[in-house]
Amino acid sequence: MSFPTELKYTKDHEWAKVDGKTITIGITDHAQKALGDIVYVELPAVGRTLKKHETFGVVESIKAVSDLYSPVAGKVLEVNSSLTDEPARINQDPHKGAWMIKLELTDPASATDLMDAAAYTAYVASLK
Amino acid sequence: MLKRTALFEEHQRLGGRLIDFGGWELPVQYSGVIDEHQACRTAAGIFDVSHMGEVHVEGPDAEAYLNYLVSNNVAKLADSQAQYSVLCNEHGGLVDDLVIYRRARDRFLVVVNASNTDKDFAHMVKIQKQFQGGKARVSVTNESARYSQIAVQGPKAAEIVQKITKTPLAAIKTYWFAEGTVLGSIPAVLGRTGYTGEDGFEIYVPWEKGPEVWRALVEAGQPLGMKPCGLGARDTLRLEMKYPLYGHELTDETNPLEAGAGWVVKLDKGDFVGKTPIVQAKEAGLKRKLVGLRLLDRGIPRQGYAVYSGDGAIRIGEITSGTQSPSTKQAIGIAYVTIPNSAEGTKLTVDIRGQKVAAEVIPTPFYKRPY
Repeated sequence: MSFPTELKYTKDHEWAKVDGKTITIGITDHAQKALGDIVYVELPAVGRTLKKHETFGVVESIKAVSDLYSPVAGKVLEVNSSLTDEPARINQDPHKGAWMIKLELTDPASATDLMDAAAYTAYVASLK
Repeated sequence: MLKRTALFEEHQRLGGRLIDFGGWELPVQYSGVIDEHQACRTAAGIFDVSHMGEVHVEGPDAEAYLNYLVSNNVAKLADSQAQYSVLCNEHGGLVDDLVIYRRARDRFLVVVNASNTDKDFAHMVKIQKQFQGGKARVSVTNESARYSQIAVQGPKAAEIVQKITKTPLAAIKTYWFAEGTVLGSIPAVLGRTGYTGEDGFEIYVPWEKGPEVWRALVEAGQPLGMKPCGLGARDTLRLEMKYPLYGHELTDETNPLEAGAGWVVKLDKGDFVGKTPIVQAKEAGLKRKLVGLRLLDRGIPRQGYAVYSGDGAIRIGEITSGTQSPSTKQAIGIAYVTIPNSAEGTKLTVDIRGQKVAAEVIPTPFYKRPY
């Protein structure tokens, strides 16, 4: 499994793309594979303020419900509402097309502990 | 240490994702739950169900003993016929559900759920000691370790299984079986039974012959679109049929009449374990019923979610199983609800993470096969 180097990662298997103060967030290829067929997603309202690690939504596969955790502290700028109708896109294109939310970073310190691709790859390997 | 079936290496070879299922290391999926589910509905699926328990009940009093043990009327069975039944405890609660195959007047094969095999077997032995003061001429032996069990299910199942056996399968009706051979010389019980709502077979062969029978079936089925199916698809397939599952719809405290198993509870056949409390519960009036529902708004019902009245004011039940139906694409659930809320068309709500989501009682099974 390869993880894009332009993204940062968390131990909860979210990715974050840092673009100045705008942070785009999704779940990793490892996460979607572990979940299996994703059939439902619930995302937050635009404008909501999220603390680091706060639950911002859920994804559900056929079998299970999983919480989504915000990798950083921020305010929701935009939500990928196309996922609501096509949750399977999260399985197909997790690192790009199936981004979930965009945040305005409200606390830069909350983004300092994210893993780079190499560290996340090692972390995933350690779970086996 | 997890238990493994004889097919463990086949699952690894086919890329199955292995999980701990009640102490057994089994594949939850291979290509994906939805893909496997659709293959089974449209062509065929093959399942390793070797973890199921097989108990031999034999002897001149085997039928009388079984008829005291289970709720259905075992005396109605002919040779080569199978019967679905439930096993009740002394309080009328459910120990498990099972299938009884009558091989001869005095020889029965009883198939129980994997996770319950030890519990069921202990219960069967306990009842054997009580029945006729322990003097009945019947032996009860747990032969689970001797069988590999493979299910082939789906509209193409008979065509596929026929490729590995000379036993004419067309002559076997639903819930009947034949004892024959597969791959020339391997003894096999070929039951036209299953847990998917499709036509299909459950095939019992000697434990060590499992891998070669599995490989032959995979090879025979592949050109016809058959896929290996894991526990995930097994669950969505049974859920679409509203087939109950122990630990979900069936529990030690569940009355079989509430669980929708009334059709296999024969109160007129003579005494059986649990009969008195079941009759009492029936006379007192059942309090709740197992229904099928679908959500009218977004969400997926899951086991343990609370069910409320349509206006959300009164708690009236609980979800026992739920998923997004791969066949109908609807969010479906099975739930125990109070009798006044159990009629088809009744509007309910389901508490999903604190939100009351609108739902409706609908007819079941959720899926009806087109053939």
